[in-house]
Amino acid sequence: MEPAIISIPATEEIKPPITGIGVIGWVRKNLFTGKFNTLLTLLILFAIVKTVPPIIRWAFVDSLWSSQSQACKEAAGACWSVVTNNIRFILFGFYPYDQQWRPIAAIALLVGFIIYSHNRRRWNTKLLIAWPLGLAAMGIIMYGGIFSLPEVETEKWSGISLTLLLAIFGLSAAYPLGVLLALGRRSRLPAIKALSVVYIELIRGVPLISMLFMASVMLPLFLPEGITINKILRAQVAIILFTAAYIAEVVRGGLQAIPRGQYEAAEALGLSYYQKMRLIVLPQALKTVIPPTVSILISAFKDTSLVVIIGLFDLLKTTHVTLSNPDWMGFSNEAYLFTSLIYFVGCFFMSNFSRRLETQLKT
Amino acid sequence: MNQANKTANVTNNIPFWHDPAKRGIVFQAAALLLVLMIGYYIFSNTQANLRRQSIATGYGFFGKEAGFEIGEPMISYSAADTYAKALLVGVLNTLKVSFAGILLTTLIGLFVGIARLSKNWLVSKLAQGYIEVLQNVPVLLQLFFWYGLFHNALPLPRNSISPLPGVFINNRGFYLPIPEAHPVYKWMLLALLAAFIISYLLKRWSKARQDLTGQTFPLFSSFLSLSIGMPLLVWLASGAPTGMDVPHLRGFNFIGGLSFSPEFGALLIGLVLYTSAFVAEIVRAGIQAVSHGQTEAAASIGLRPKLVLTLVILPQALRVIIPPLTNQMLNLTKNSSLAIAIGYPDFVAVANTTINQTGQAIEGVALIMIVYLIISLVTSAFMNWYNKRTALVER
Repeated sequence: MEPAIISIPATEEIKPPITGIGVIGWVRKNLFTGKFNTLLTLLILFAIVKTVPPIIRWAFVDSLWSSQSQACKEAAGACWSVVTNNIRFILFGFYPYDQQWRPIAAIALLVGFIIYSHNRRRWNTKLLIAWPLGLAAMGIIMYGGIFSLPEVETEKWSGISLTLLLAIFGLSAAYPLGVLLALGRRSRLPAIKALSVVYIELIRGVPLISMLFMASVMLPLFLPEGITINKILRAQVAIILFTAAYIAEVVRGGLQAIPRGQYEAAEALGLSYYQKMRLIVLPQALKTVIPPTVSILISAFKDTSLVVIIGLFDLLKTTHVTLSNPDWMGFSNEAYLFTSLIYFVGCFFMSNFSRRLETQLKT
Repeated sequence: MNQANKTANVTNNIPFWHDPAKRGIVFQAAALLLVLMIGYYIFSNTQANLRRQSIATGYGFFGKEAGFEIGEPMISYSAADTYAKALLVGVLNTLKVSFAGILLTTLIGLFVGIARLSKNWLVSKLAQGYIEVLQNVPVLLQLFFWYGLFHNALPLPRNSISPLPGVFINNRGFYLPIPEAHPVYKWMLLALLAAFIISYLLKRWSKARQDLTGQTFPLFSSFLSLSIGMPLLVWLASGAPTGMDVPHLRGFNFIGGLSFSPEFGALLIGLVLYTSAFVAEIVRAGIQAVSHGQTEAAASIGLRPKLVLTLVILPQALRVIIPPLTNQMLNLTKNSSLAIAIGYPDFVAVANTTINQTGQAIEGVALIMIVYLIISLVTSAFMNWYNKRTALVER
């Protein structure tokens, strides 16, 4: 017997009121709920109408993009010519003019690596080995000396190359040191623990600038007569020592987040300290602290700008020097906005990446 | 052979490198030895280098004449004063900008953080833009930007902008009128202090009474009326002096009133905007960390919305906010050392001049580190004390 089919007469579908859906609904819900919000929205709209058009006129309509400095002084708008006329000095500084394709190639390689590694599904051992090789290749492209590339001393690396050099090598050297310090701080051996705690707290208590001063004026005194270290390397050492203390604190957080049971289980299996850390604890701990580690990378990237104060030619310093040229004096807003944009793009990319990782790792 | 004997034998046969306790001692001794050796190596090299370059050691230079001027000192200072006094002026300048910076940062950060959570889409997006832009540009670059802006965009003293009568802005600085010196202001300050003490006693009394009887007392409004009313009464009682010290143009510059240099302004604005973006994120995360169930539970036991906020949400949010907030305050203080790059005479700038003049780099850098360590330790001690007071008391 077939089941009887009961048909229900279709009732008339009642649509939500037009003021509750679509654009109107969204505007009502998000901009004009209540008296206070309406007032706030109107105030902000008024402010936007008052300020945004003049800014757009300054930046795009009245602006000059490739003029000489004389024309700029008479123009009402922004003088982007300060950037376009000096772009190669701002970006690459004293790197030999006819060799500047090399930093471009190195940066392109770096960007390629970053875009490839951006997707977490591609993370594997091969990639982990490819990264140091890639960084070494970038170093060779920049330094030259082989493959008939003329040699370029690191002292001539400036502009964005120096910024990236300080940030990337600073972090890659600081990371293992920071992990060691974190393990030292969690150690049961009192002397090791005390040494780590003193180091971490001492470094975290002082500004980076004092470390840079130490590297630039004190380090030469620490070395025996006749041995001198290049200025960039000294700043690099200061950045590494400084960043390591911050990484140590982040990793310590990760170590503390691993339940005691994991440690005890590893010990019950008869693993030695190194096996326990390498196979059980660190893989879990380091994974949980990836997002804060990216934040440290971001601040290390921004902090490289402090080397301006000890006279190294990073991206900020090349901008600064461009502005001390009498022709381009007084156009600091335009030049700094351009440099800010470069830093912003780098940092914004990294912080978005870290935020995405955070949501992925939580699940 | 019985069991105990066997174990004893086994323990005795373990070579020392398989015994964790003994191995630990060896490791620690090795680490200490290494640190001592490096320390000795550096020390002996330094000694040799200092002798060779005949650089003086020790803090003997403290008592010598500094011979350089410092802009906007907070205590009277001239080039004829000693290095010790010059360094003190530097410390005071650092503390001044840090203190003002911390106050403003907390206020702006709180405001932007709450705005970020606003239901108004425009407000929330504006706050987000503020946070993203300011967080992702190096603070030193921001300082340069503001400094350049003040120098390029502001007029000469002759054509000063005057947004309010008595207030002048030009490329030499910011000038505000202040009340003329008068003995009554000292008494008003004392009255304010007395109002604070009375408010504190009132708070203790009202808490005791509430615990006993359940009656509440309008603490906040009484605090406000006391701390405004008492100084006002003193001011009225002494005949309400209204004399103002208004800045005025003399020669090429303004004199009188309260003034800030463009260097101070750029440093303060740069530090405050940069740090407040981080504080805003902390405030947002802190408020979001309090689960919505707390709000509902508080409402269901009959608390009014204002009390829900002050008695339930804020105390819990503060617990999450305070530790990272402390870090940001310390960051601001440490970042104030960037003053040297734009020429504000903070402690690092003065110490750097001292190093250049005396050649005593070790003492100079050590001084910088010690001063910042002390500031950091005192700030974190205070914040830890405050944190302990607001911390969760668990059974």
